[in-house]
Amino acid sequence: MAQLDQTNMRSGSGAGLLSIGLGLGIVLTIFMAARTVDARFQVHAFIMMGAFICALAALVIGLSAGRFVQDQGRYEDGVIRAGVIAALFWAVIGMLVGLVIALQLAWPSIFYFPELGWLNFGRLRPVHTSGVIFAFGGNVLIATSFYVVQRTCKARLAGGLAPWLVFWGYQLFIVLAATGYVMGVTQSREYAEPEWYTDIWLTLVWVTYLLVFLGTIWKRKEPHIYVANWFYLAFIVTIAMLHIVNNLAVPVSPLSSHSYSLFSGVQDALIQWWYGHNAVGFFLTAGFLAIMYYFIPKRAERPIYSYRLSIVHFWALIFIYIWAGPHHLHYTALPQWAQTLGMTFSIMLWMPSWGGMINGLMTLSGAWDKLRTDAVMRMMIVSLAFYGMSTFEGPVMSVRAVNALSHYTDWTIGHVHSGALGWVGFVSFGAIYCMVPWLWKRPRLYSDRLVEWHFWIATTGILLYIAAMWVSGIMEGLMWRKYTPEGFLAYSFVQTVSAKHVSNMVRALGGAMYLTGTLIMVYNVWRTIAGHVRQDETGAVLVQPSASGPASTGLAAAQ
Amino acid sequence: MTYETVSRLAQQGGTIYFVVLFLAACVYAFWPRNKAGFDQAARLPLDEED
Repeated sequence: MAQLDQTNMRSGSGAGLLSIGLGLGIVLTIFMAARTVDARFQVHAFIMMGAFICALAALVIGLSAGRFVQDQGRYEDGVIRAGVIAALFWAVIGMLVGLVIALQLAWPSIFYFPELGWLNFGRLRPVHTSGVIFAFGGNVLIATSFYVVQRTCKARLAGGLAPWLVFWGYQLFIVLAATGYVMGVTQSREYAEPEWYTDIWLTLVWVTYLLVFLGTIWKRKEPHIYVANWFYLAFIVTIAMLHIVNNLAVPVSPLSSHSYSLFSGVQDALIQWWYGHNAVGFFLTAGFLAIMYYFIPKRAERPIYSYRLSIVHFWALIFIYIWAGPHHLHYTALPQWAQTLGMTFSIMLWMPSWGGMINGLMTLSGAWDKLRTDAVMRMMIVSLAFYGMSTFEGPVMSVRAVNALSHYTDWTIGHVHSGALGWVGFVSFGAIYCMVPWLWKRPRLYSDRLVEWHFWIATTGILLYIAAMWVSGIMEGLMWRKYTPEGFLAYSFVQTVSAKHVSNMVRALGGAMYLTGTLIMVYNVWRTIAGHVRQDETGAVLVQPSASGPASTGLAAAQ
Repeated sequence: MTYETVSRLAQQGGTIYFVVLFLAACVYAFWPRNKAGFDQAARLPLDEED
């Protein structure tokens, strides 16, 4: 046993290399902060310097205390626990900022702060979008991918300290992005607002993430690569490609927070929406489908309905999604054949989307009672219903004639939120509710009744939100295209804005309810981690214990 | 080589290439001999307690 343990334990993997990298980073950021004349660039240089100094200090202290021992007989779960906490932290921030900007739209005279420029809608809106998509969603994806790849490959995460570099590096990216937005540092590209140096940092982090994931698959003890890992891999690889191409830019100077894109005109628009729509397709869809393919079977204790369908689902989604971007550019300078191509591929997406949804839903076939008894299961199944609904609505809106009515209106906002709140949010919440007792070795959640409250408050919130946006979106679309008999536009723009007042209030209410549900979840998770269990709840859903290490060596490590 | 030749090659060649790849994936998924392996793979998330 001792011999086995020795081969299993490797201390400090990569710590030396990491220290050198951090040292170089500190020197570079000192130089950047000292030489720049751009005050906002200086703030970012100081943030990066602080992060690198903290990381180096933690590394040195940890090494001298004998930490960072890599026990190959056990899974690396620490970084996943950190990811779950980070995801919940950013969820609250991102949704709170979303509520603030919803209130600004509903009551612009009350929530307008002329003295505080950074609180204006234009500065806060990317904080909300990046906060919920990349900070919340990204942390959920990183944490769940690390969880799933280890368990389905029966191998510890590869790369020694590299998973921690991915985790903390990603948090630094989020902080740089968000602080940049409120200072007005932006390249004004939808869902890709961070400037060139933040983009380079994310590229480093993301390539490390890819290598960790590939390395873990490489040393797997299971011959088959489970379908969830295919979806995660597609998500990681495609996001790397999209991020690099979309952010090709020339900085004004190496010490400036501003840059100019390599592309211009309609080519730039196409690149942006090739990126933008595939951020939806591969970040918000493929990644979260990976969650579906692991957590729904796991929670239901039944294998996925059809493994064959999951393979066809994967390849169909991968081949079709990448072409759908041009539907964002109907009636623009983009050649019409390219617009039609984007529209056609969007319609074709119905098939893989619904195939995947059916595959997830039918996994419950024969165990539908779980929908009534297990609120976590219900949350994930309802997320699939929202996935089906928004992936039906999306292709409809991509049809040029429908887009003529829907584009630039609140209908688009409603569509995005039925996908984001209903699908991405709920499947993430479900996965977190599953993982927290597994990761912290608790018999069950603190309270299942609080999950019920979370579910119903959040579901009502989503319905209010999307119904309000349908009403206001179709209304303003119809008002914009209304002509008088003399051929003049019937309504001025501000008339359409004031007509949306009630809808905007309902939207803010829906968002507030969704945020309330999230706060309930944070409390529930907090108490679960603390080891508390609500005593007055009977018939609670017990969770299956989760393996803490690869089967063969896990025993040796435990002895 | 003109723009037209390159774009025709990319458009038609690309379409054929992707369709063939996708059909190959479908054949792989539905090949009867692969069924047992897939049934086993589908149980991967469930069989990790041992």
